[in-house]
Amino acid sequence: MSNFTAFGNDLYTGARSFDFVGRRRIWYIIAAVAVIVAIGLTALRGGFVFGIEFRGGSEFRISQVAEASENTAATTDTATEAVAEVVSGSNPRVSVVGGDSVRVQTEQLTPDETEEVRDALAEAFAVETDQISTSFIGATWGTDITRQAILALVVFLTLASIVMALYFRTWKMALAAMVALVHDLVITAGIYGIFGFEITPAAVIGFLTILGYSLYDTVVVFDKVRENTGEDGLESRRTFAESVNLAVNQTLVRSINTSVVASLPVASILLIGAFLLGAGTLFDIALALFVGTIVGTYSSIFLAAPLYVHLREGEPEVKKQGGRAKKAVPESGAVR
Amino acid sequence: MARSTPERKALRSLVWLLVIIVALIGGNAASVIWNGGSWTPKLALDLEGGTQLTLTPQLASGQSVSPEQLEQAVGIIRQRVDASGVSESEINTQGGQNIVVSIPGTPDDATLERIRASAKLEFRAVLTADLASSSTIGEEGAEGEEGDPSASPSPSDGSAEPSAAPSASDPAADPSADPSAAPSPSASPTDASDPNWITPELQEQFDSFDCATVSESGANIAPEDEPLITCEADSGLKYILGPVEVTGAQIADATSGLIQSGTGVSTGEWGVFLEFTGEGTQSFREVTERLVTLEGVRNQFAIVLDGQVISAPRTISAITDGRPQISGNFTQESSKTLADQLKFGALPIGFELQSQDQISATLGVSQLQSGIIAGLIGLALVVAYSLLQYRALGGVTIASLIIAGLVTYLLITYLSNQQGFRLSLAGVAGLIISVGVIADSFIVYFERIRDELRDGRSVTGAVEAGWKRAFRTILISDVINLIAAVVLFVLAVGNVRGFAFTLGLTTLVDLIVVALFTHPMMQLLGRTQFFGGGHRLSGLDPKALGAVYRGRAQFRPSAAVTATKKASSSREAQRRQTIAERKAADLRGDGKDS
Repeated sequence: MSNFTAFGNDLYTGARSFDFVGRRRIWYIIAAVAVIVAIGLTALRGGFVFGIEFRGGSEFRISQVAEASENTAATTDTATEAVAEVVSGSNPRVSVVGGDSVRVQTEQLTPDETEEVRDALAEAFAVETDQISTSFIGATWGTDITRQAILALVVFLTLASIVMALYFRTWKMALAAMVALVHDLVITAGIYGIFGFEITPAAVIGFLTILGYSLYDTVVVFDKVRENTGEDGLESRRTFAESVNLAVNQTLVRSINTSVVASLPVASILLIGAFLLGAGTLFDIALALFVGTIVGTYSSIFLAAPLYVHLREGEPEVKKQGGRAKKAVPESGAVR
Repeated sequence: MARSTPERKALRSLVWLLVIIVALIGGNAASVIWNGGSWTPKLALDLEGGTQLTLTPQLASGQSVSPEQLEQAVGIIRQRVDASGVSESEINTQGGQNIVVSIPGTPDDATLERIRASAKLEFRAVLTADLASSSTIGEEGAEGEEGDPSASPSPSDGSAEPSAAPSASDPAADPSADPSAAPSPSASPTDASDPNWITPELQEQFDSFDCATVSESGANIAPEDEPLITCEADSGLKYILGPVEVTGAQIADATSGLIQSGTGVSTGEWGVFLEFTGEGTQSFREVTERLVTLEGVRNQFAIVLDGQVISAPRTISAITDGRPQISGNFTQESSKTLADQLKFGALPIGFELQSQDQISATLGVSQLQSGIIAGLIGLALVVAYSLLQYRALGGVTIASLIIAGLVTYLLITYLSNQQGFRLSLAGVAGLIISVGVIADSFIVYFERIRDELRDGRSVTGAVEAGWKRAFRTILISDVINLIAAVVLFVLAVGNVRGFAFTLGLTTLVDLIVVALFTHPMMQLLGRTQFFGGGHRLSGLDPKALGAVYRGRAQFRPSAAVTATKKASSSREAQRRQTIAERKAADLRGDGKDS
């Protein structure tokens, strides 16, 4: 830990420095590859796996089934038979979630059928009917959520861009942050696509929350960048790129600490979700957020900051700053 | 002395925080004592168990729902749910077009059926009418009720009867029609007003029909081409109605206003103005042309909403232009209500069941438990990491988190008592995640203080200078988070709202706690020997932070010198300094800072 502090000290003074901005080509390539892999592998897998909320259908959840934790295969058979008793030709998806709960998903059932299936399941697993949760989701529900989510995404991006452009007094920072944000979203969605995690409304919440999270991190870095570059002025001995790089290094410990602390609770939800609850609201939100937090921290450092330098470098004033610095160094050396 | 100012400020901030907490506790206590509130927040259905229905309007392409239409629909559905005797149900709109009905426990099928049924407005001819079963039964027809004093002033037959009359034309009496309509159908009915609709079985049903069951059983529905037995909502009049002749979909518009006489002068009487569509005009014309020739109750047509008669005006003349006006003993309010009902029922928007969730209480409890366990583990991890990274400063993090937790809990309980907010599983997730967000702002602050220490400031100076910069960063990132939360809350559907709500709430709490607790605590602690002296375990040890090797403080002209400049000049000032020199410099710097 004291090493970590010393590490922070070195980063702060510039005694130790990672060349985040200078090697931006590498980071760009990595980001591009990651995005391509995320999209490509998802496409290869045949797109996203959508949850029942998007497909439409009926779902039954039986909690506290002793049998479920012991013999998964038998549980599946029991459930399938129970459903088949009521709806012949049905091909239910049965899964054991969180140890002792059984989740049964079928095609859309009528209210009467739903009740019958519930009773059949209660009988098959020897539980009370009130231990069984049922949901019926119309096929349009998912489209509705998707439309609202996309609307929310657009509105948020617009508002956040405006606020950031106003706060940092340059649209280029806002743009760099947004590019990093899109990168985070694509990669997080890609994780879902590649591993075939179900996309549920809760996962969509997770995606939307990444928006705020990813920007949070970028904002912390950019705040320091602005401070460093804004006060350097023309007489600075540092080039613009060097200033930004120093800022990123100076906030590195902070970035690591904040993302560790932010992801710890998320990770604990993920853990509980995976072992105690199974796929459900908590797990779905946490998974998207966990990936998003880590990717978000990465992209603020490796993508947003270099990109910002890239965007600003073309400006005459920024160019001048770099030129002066390069000339100024040997001159001052000569005087000495 | 200079040192008293930050200290006084710090104490003032802490007092404010105390005031907020006491006010919240007081608010909660007040609602517990007087409003039957509770010290624990109410839980949403996914944690408590219950049924949630999402209804979505069926829209033709390009159509949209106006907020008023949605509110009317919510009102009607609320009436239906309340009528079924379910308590504590909640009906909300969501995402600008959906209606979400939350019912605790497991409602019976009739209730669900009644909620799902779309509001249905029908015009049916009155075949026969009677008073509700409270009065003697036996004689059906107009005579019985006309003489009854208990008939309510609103549409019973007689003077108070609303009448459809665009112009004054004589009600042509048809002597051939028998108003008493003895139920002896020998032939099959020829038109919608034909008394032959009343079979002996129907008569029997009618005789034993109890008006009280209309509102209870809810779906008082008969097929469109068959007669219907029902009652009028307000007066309790009992009717047998003919088959449906005009439907609500055929109403183009309904408004209320003062009736004007032929010369355009206001009569001072309130009425409801209807406008039919082309098809409706035709149908309504046929109905009125027939009814106008009948007498007694059979001269009336009933406006039936969801199986209940809302009005049964007499027909004074045939309406040929599709623009009837209903007059009667209306007040401004009652005419508006009827117009709204007609318009609402006239909406071509039926509601479709989009999702139905029935959550068992067992599952809800286990979800809540898991959520709490996850939260505690997350909290423990954050605390452990803070202590590791920031030593004793981690203690400030813990204390701040406790304060934040207390304020959040009180706020949620207060909102739960006052606004009916309910904590859902997604909301719990938002709370757990907010632990990280809140702790993040402490880290931003602490790291800032450390940066200032590295620049050679004293602890007290670093706390002040670090705060100024850190607060800006915390503010902008909280604003971004808040935008995300608000956008999600306003636009998103489903359980996203609960999540967005707690996330937004905790973002505000974060701002309050960091400004009114964490910073003042740092100001006060900075004056203690342990922290101010930079004890090895305080997390503010200048030596560990490398401040010893900087020592440019003596060259720093004022506090306005920026971190960057300090950093850049640090390269030039690569020489060492004794601790004594640094401390001396610190003291000077400190004096200027404060």
